[in-house]
Amino acid sequence: MGENELRGGVGLRLWGALVGAVLIAPTLIVIPLSFTGKASFTFPPESWSLRWYQNFFTDPGWRDALLTSVRIALLVAVLASALGTAAALALDSGRVPGKGLINGLLLSPMVVPQIVAAIGVYAVFLKWGLAGTTLGFVLAHTALAIPFVIVAVSAVLRGYDRRLEQAAASLGAGPLTTFFQVTLPLILPGVLSGAVFAFVTSLDEVVIALYLQSPELHTLPVQMFSSVTVETDPTIAAASTLVLVVTTMLILLPQLLRRRSPEETR
Amino acid sequence: MTRTAHDKGGAAVHLTELTKRYGNAPAAVDAVNLEIAAGEFMTLLGPSGSGKTTTLSMIAGFTRATSGRIEVGGHDVAGLPPYKRDLGVVFQHYALFPHMTAAQNIAFPLKQRKVGKAEIAARVADALDLVHLGGMGDRLPRQLSGGQQQRVALARAVVFNPRVLLMDEPLGALDKKLREQLQGEIARMHRDLGITFVFVTHDQEEALALSDRIAVFNEGRIEQVGTAADLYERPETLFVARFLGESNVLTGTMTDPSTLEGHGFRVAVPRTGASGGPSGPASRTASVVIRPERLTVLPADARIPAGHNALRGTVSGLTYLGAHSTVTVELDCGERATVREPAAARSEISAGAPVQLTRPIAHGVLVSG
Repeated sequence: MGENELRGGVGLRLWGALVGAVLIAPTLIVIPLSFTGKASFTFPPESWSLRWYQNFFTDPGWRDALLTSVRIALLVAVLASALGTAAALALDSGRVPGKGLINGLLLSPMVVPQIVAAIGVYAVFLKWGLAGTTLGFVLAHTALAIPFVIVAVSAVLRGYDRRLEQAAASLGAGPLTTFFQVTLPLILPGVLSGAVFAFVTSLDEVVIALYLQSPELHTLPVQMFSSVTVETDPTIAAASTLVLVVTTMLILLPQLLRRRSPEETR
Repeated sequence: MTRTAHDKGGAAVHLTELTKRYGNAPAAVDAVNLEIAAGEFMTLLGPSGSGKTTTLSMIAGFTRATSGRIEVGGHDVAGLPPYKRDLGVVFQHYALFPHMTAAQNIAFPLKQRKVGKAEIAARVADALDLVHLGGMGDRLPRQLSGGQQQRVALARAVVFNPRVLLMDEPLGALDKKLREQLQGEIARMHRDLGITFVFVTHDQEEALALSDRIAVFNEGRIEQVGTAADLYERPETLFVARFLGESNVLTGTMTDPSTLEGHGFRVAVPRTGASGGPSGPASRTASVVIRPERLTVLPADARIPAGHNALRGTVSGLTYLGAHSTVTVELDCGERATVREPAAARSEISAGAPVQLTRPIAHGVLVSG
């Protein structure tokens, strides 16, 4: 009985590993490609070098795109966390009429095809003069990222006792003090993971960015997209590898931290 | 608003026509009037859904009153948010901040009042001693037992010297032994602090043990306010009689101002109950309430003493309980009566024996309805 269970466990693990490999392996191809010595995508590479990394960080086109992306993603992470946390708290408070409708509306960017959103955003932002501006990118990406924050914060709110806020109020703490001294410390894991998802969402976003880009302002995914379509330059492999490593680390980091201090999550 | 540690004393709490409605449902709290004296231990007692917790929540400011006045120390606080009311609150489920130690929890209200660091440390230590948790200040709530957590919550709710302490079923989540122990501590705190306590419970024994006075809630209204003895000896309504302790109830019609008649019985009743008794045609229906220990069982052929009523019946059960025994009697009129007598072996009372139940007429309480 116990042996059978063990074997079942091993089988399941093998299957999981296989599925994982099929999903992830094609992505991992870019890693060796990024270290190629030649200006081609031959796999496996015939010689090795770091020249594409050097190119990535020195070529103004790539470097500016990277800085733009990071700047926008950081702003999006901050803005989306603040707005998403506020929305999640309001939806959880039970004092908002039409909660289901509002919740659906806020989460809709997750469901609406991005190309549809992109055309809409482009048409409106063009009129408002926001196309090709940092503000335009930040606003559009924030709308996309808010659902991730709401989902992450709502999840931690399920384990959070709202009566603590009444307790804080009875002890003389106003709403702001209560939020920063009681609520925020207790829901921080959710807010942080929401912020990470928001950052990565913005960093990865390409469809809306293609529409909003201007010659002066474009993000890393846009640069990569045009690199693929107009050049055959392995710099994109270096860029992909960096994005892959950074986003993976960001997503895994909270879980690693949580594992280190299991008591703090309660 | 911030007061010094020496400024003791409670504040009176006056509720005037206090009402809470949710939509079109019957009012959760329906025009409640209650005067709680400064320094009094007042218990709001009632079954769940009777409006006692909603009333407490309106005093605390967590629930907005639909109408009515809430005065604390002579000031109307109904429009103030809870953080400006300066009232201590203890919750059923402790509501300690899980990311703060016991000492940090207790320091929290002092920090909000901008008390100096050294004074905070001293007052937190005092508060921990007050609840017998000295030396446990650096524990997190989850490292404390339920009873210890509620002690921390008590300390936190009084450390800033509020003039009123509100408690919402604070012992409800604890087991019986801890509950009795903490009852003793709450009574001691009330004596020592001298502040007004408003205590919500559905447990009548807890209410009787702790309170100066008890307000009995039923369906959003107060049925009666009085001392434990008032409520037990002189209930004004059938609900109060039934909710507090055991009672035998006979319901019938008043045929004259001192006689109650029903199906198969006719008893003399005191001319005035605590409520003055029913009067006028509207309250011809009445009930007489008799506590089990006020009844005496006599053999069927015994003589009835003067000034006593007697009802005939048959013994259907007899339970010896050490200090006393309980006799169940099926009355000839169809009701069942319970009698509590000092335990003494009495051969003439056994199951199936015909008996008479007697009581001094003065010891019945007449209530309307």
